[in-house]
Amino acid sequence: MAGKAAIIVHSGDMDKVYSALILGNGALSMGMEASLFFTFWGLQRLKKGGLEKGQLSKMNMFGLGKWMIKRKMKQAKVASLEKLIQDFKELGGKILACDMTMDIMGVKREDLRNDLISDYCGVGTYMNEAKDATITLFI
Amino acid sequence: MAEIKVDCIGETCPVPLVEARKALRKAKQGDIVEVTGNHPSSKKEIPMAVRAMGLEVLEIKEEKGTWTIRIRR
Repeated sequence: MAGKAAIIVHSGDMDKVYSALILGNGALSMGMEASLFFTFWGLQRLKKGGLEKGQLSKMNMFGLGKWMIKRKMKQAKVASLEKLIQDFKELGGKILACDMTMDIMGVKREDLRNDLISDYCGVGTYMNEAKDATITLFI
Repeated sequence: MAEIKVDCIGETCPVPLVEARKALRKAKQGDIVEVTGNHPSSKKEIPMAVRAMGLEVLEIKEEKGTWTIRIRR
């Protein structure tokens, strides 16, 4: 394969998780490898039922902004985060869960979407992914 | 040799590109994948991805904003 993207998903905001998943899928679609390392607020989105729970990074207005954006996205036929993450897996993308965040925030493996997660790991695994990556991003 | 049709009419970024890639992964060597859609950027980006993977774009046509791209796996 030509090239590889190693992306850190630090934010759990809905719009940023969209960016990460669209970029990851884009890389895989171009014939590249891709891995997403979910850490800190990003990891919360891998909790069971948590994928769509993020707020909007700006103008959330206690959920009103998010509701408005979600409505616009529906009208524009934007794919759901669930479809994007399933496609990412189907195309061979790797999803890494930060185990230090799990310790800090008291998140257990059974709280997380084990169907999606390829590995529970730390910075070493991310760096091992990133060292030969052609694209690295922190979102 | 099979011919696989992928209908992405009405879909937006990144779905046509992703669906094209999914179909190409499932196709066997020599199969034809035909993607139809109307998302403007995907008409440029699907051939970009196909060439990046070293595959062949056989045909690109467009009528009234609806395009069809034929690819050989």
